[in-house]
Amino acid sequence: MEAYLDNAATTKPFHEVCDIMLKTMKEDYGNPSSMHLKGVEAENYIKKAKEIIAASLKVEPKEIIFTSGGTESNNTALIGVALANKRSGNHIITTKIEHASVHNPVIFLEDMGFRVTYLDVDENGKVDQEQLLDSICDDTILVSIMYVNNEMGAVQDVEAISKAIKDKKKDILFHVDAIQAYGKYKIRPKKQGIDLLSVSGHKIHGPKGIGFLYIKDKVKIKPIIYGGEQQKGMRSGTENVPGIAGMGKAAELIYKDHEKKVAHLYELKERLVAGLQQIEGVTVNGIGLGIENTAPHVVSASFADIRSEVLLHALEERDVYVSSGSACSSNHPALSGTLQAIGVKKQLLDSTLRFSFSVETTEEEIDYALVMLNELLPMLRRFTRH
Amino acid sequence: MYKAFLIKYAEIGIKGKNRYIFENALRDRIKHSLDSVEGEFHVSKEQGRIYVEALTDYDFDEAVEAMKRVFGIAQICPVKIIDEFAWENLTKEVGDFVDKVYPDKNFSFKVEAKRGDKSYPYTSPEICVEMGAYLLDRFPEMKVDVKTPDVRINIEVRHKAYVYSEIIHGLGGMPVGCNGKAMLLLSGGIDSPVAGYMVAKRGVTIEATYFHAPPYTSERAKQKVVDLAKIVSRYTGPIKLNVINFTDIQLYIYEQCPHDELTIIMRRYMMKIAETIAKENNCLGLITGESIGQVASQTMQSLNATNAVCTMPVYRPLIAFDKQDIVTIAERIDTYETSVLPFEDCCTIFVAKHPVTKPSLKAIEHSEYKLQEKIDELVQTALETREVIMCE
Repeated sequence: MEAYLDNAATTKPFHEVCDIMLKTMKEDYGNPSSMHLKGVEAENYIKKAKEIIAASLKVEPKEIIFTSGGTESNNTALIGVALANKRSGNHIITTKIEHASVHNPVIFLEDMGFRVTYLDVDENGKVDQEQLLDSICDDTILVSIMYVNNEMGAVQDVEAISKAIKDKKKDILFHVDAIQAYGKYKIRPKKQGIDLLSVSGHKIHGPKGIGFLYIKDKVKIKPIIYGGEQQKGMRSGTENVPGIAGMGKAAELIYKDHEKKVAHLYELKERLVAGLQQIEGVTVNGIGLGIENTAPHVVSASFADIRSEVLLHALEERDVYVSSGSACSSNHPALSGTLQAIGVKKQLLDSTLRFSFSVETTEEEIDYALVMLNELLPMLRRFTRH
Repeated sequence: MYKAFLIKYAEIGIKGKNRYIFENALRDRIKHSLDSVEGEFHVSKEQGRIYVEALTDYDFDEAVEAMKRVFGIAQICPVKIIDEFAWENLTKEVGDFVDKVYPDKNFSFKVEAKRGDKSYPYTSPEICVEMGAYLLDRFPEMKVDVKTPDVRINIEVRHKAYVYSEIIHGLGGMPVGCNGKAMLLLSGGIDSPVAGYMVAKRGVTIEATYFHAPPYTSERAKQKVVDLAKIVSRYTGPIKLNVINFTDIQLYIYEQCPHDELTIIMRRYMMKIAETIAKENNCLGLITGESIGQVASQTMQSLNATNAVCTMPVYRPLIAFDKQDIVTIAERIDTYETSVLPFEDCCTIFVAKHPVTKPSLKAIEHSEYKLQEKIDELVQTALETREVIMCE
C-alpha cells in the first residue's frame, strides 16, 4: 500500500491532462504567434484554456495571463503593482504567514524603498482585521493576503477583508495568493473584491511550470518579463502551450462535481484528524474554529519528542509520503514562520508534519498512514534528542 | 598545436629496483584519467619518462585537467616531437617551435639539452651552444641569459627528438595502486573526504565505509556521501563504498549506555565494523578524518579510547590540521560544497548535549559490558546487510 499525502506540494496529473499535453507536443506543436494554420491551432488551445479558467472564476478571458507558475504569478502581482503604482504611495500590507513567493518579493520591494506592514495572525491563522484596518494609511497601495495557508490550512475570509479595506480606502489593490485555494473553493473575484489572484497548475492535477494570474480589467501593473510582447506584453515569451492546455483541462475537471469532491476531502480530513487525536503526544494545529472552517485538504500535526524529518523518513520507508511542517536541519535552522505565527510551541516547531490530500486520495490511504504512525511513534520515541 | 606530453614524475624517480612497479602504476593511472577525455591517446614509458601522445584530435585543456588529477605527476610538459632530427632539420624544427610558441621575441632564453641517444654526433653541451647560436641568428631580438632566463627551451634527443618549454605542475605524490589499500571511514562531513584524498596521494588505493542510520539520516544524506566518493574518485580511481545500516546498533547503545559516552562507544563500533570489512577486502589500514581537539570525540583521550579497539594501523592525515586548512584543501579538491549540504549524518544526530571529553578507557569498556547480550548479533546483521556501491 502506498499513501501519497503530500498533495499540497504537488498533485498527480489527471490522465486527461497528460493526454492533451501529449497531443499538443506531438501533433499541435505550432508557435501560437505564427501566422499559419499550425500557429492558429496552438493559439486555440490557449483560447480554450483561458475560457475554461475565466468561467471557473466568472471573469473575462482577457483578465487572465499565463505564467510559469504560482511563484511567477505572485512576483508579477506584487512587483508589478508596486512599480506601476508607486506614484500613489509606497506602503504594502501583507501577513506573517505568506508563502516565500510573496514574502521574498515583498522583501525585495522593501529594499527598493517600499514600506511593508506584516500582519499578525491568531492561533487559527486568521488575520487580525483590526490591525489590518489600523495599518492602512494614505500611502497604502496594495494588500496581499493568501486565501488558504499552505502549511496548516487556515482560510481567510477574503470577501470581508476586501470590503473592510475598500471601505477605508477605495483605491487599494487587493492581491490574493489562491494557490492552495483554487480547486478547493468556488472563487468569485468580482463578488469577493479581489483585484489580482495567483494560481498554480500542479496543485490541481495539472502540469508543473504553469500558472496564471487574474488581473482585474483596468488594473495597472508593470510586467516583470520583457520580450516579444506575447500576452499583450504583460508576460512575454512563447506561451507554454502544453502546460496551458493541461492546466485548462485540470481546471475543467477539478470543478466538475465540485461539491462532491470537496465533501470527500473533508471526510478524509475528519478521519485523519480523529485518528491523530487518539494518538498520545500528537497535537493537530489550527483547528480551533472547527474543521469545516479550515481548508479541506491540509492537516498540520505536531508529534512531541520526535523530529519531523525522522518521522518523515520513517513513514517514507513504509510508502507514506508527507511533508515536514517546517524545513529544518541542525546546520541551518529555518523554523517555519507560519507555525511560529500561530503560536506552535517552540519545542514542537521541529516536530511538525503536514498531511495533504487530493480528490484521488482514499480512506484506505488515510487509515494506512494512521496505522503506520501508531506503529512508528513508540519505536521512534526510543531515541529523543536532548 | 601540441600532439604530445612529456610527463615527469615526482618521487618515483628515487626508487631503486622497484621503480618499474611505480612507473607502470603511473602509466596506468594516466591512461585511466584520459579515458574520460575525448580523443585517443597512447601512453608509453621509456628511460625515466612517460610520454602521452594524442593519436586523434583532442581538447588540450581537458587532457591537461585530467592529468592534473593524477597523483605521481610532478610536471606535465606539452612537447613537440621531431621524428627526423639530423642536425639541420633539428635546428629548423626547434626554430619553428620557438617562432610559433613565442610570437613576441622580446625575451631572454637558455637552451637545455639532454642526449639519451649517445650515438648522436653532438654532446649535450654542444647542442646547447649550437642551438643557442642558431636561435640568436634566426631571431636577433632574443637574448641569452643562462642564469635566470625568461624561457628555458628543453631539447631531448632519444630515439626521437623532443622540444618543450612550458611546464604545468602536477599534484606530486605517488600513483594510486602502488602502496596497498586502506579503508576510509567516510561521513558526509568536510574532513573525511580530504583525509581519503591525502592518503591516496601517497599511492594508496581507497575503499570506504559509510554508516547510515535510517530514518534518522535520510536518503539524501547517503546520496551526499556517494557524491563525495565520486568526487574523490576523480583523483583516486573508483572507490568501493560499503554502506552499513547502523540504526539498531546506535539505538541499542543509546538504550544501554550512559548518554555522554554515546559518541565514543558508537565510534568504537564504527571502527570495529570498518576494520572487519577492511580485513575481508585486504586493506592494510583504516583512514579517518580526525583532528586533535576538533570535537569532543577527537580529544586525545577520546582518540585513545577509540583507537583501542583497532588492531590495524589507523591513518589520520589531518590529525594536526586546523579546520581552515582542511577547508582550503576541500575547496581545492571540490568536495567542500557537497560536504556542507545540510543533511544530517549519524555522527551529528546521536550526540549528547554534553559528551564526555576525557573518557577513561576503563569506564568506556565497563559501559560496553552492558551491550554484550545483543551487540555481536547486531554487528553481524549490519555486516551481512551492507550495501556496496561502486563510486566512479
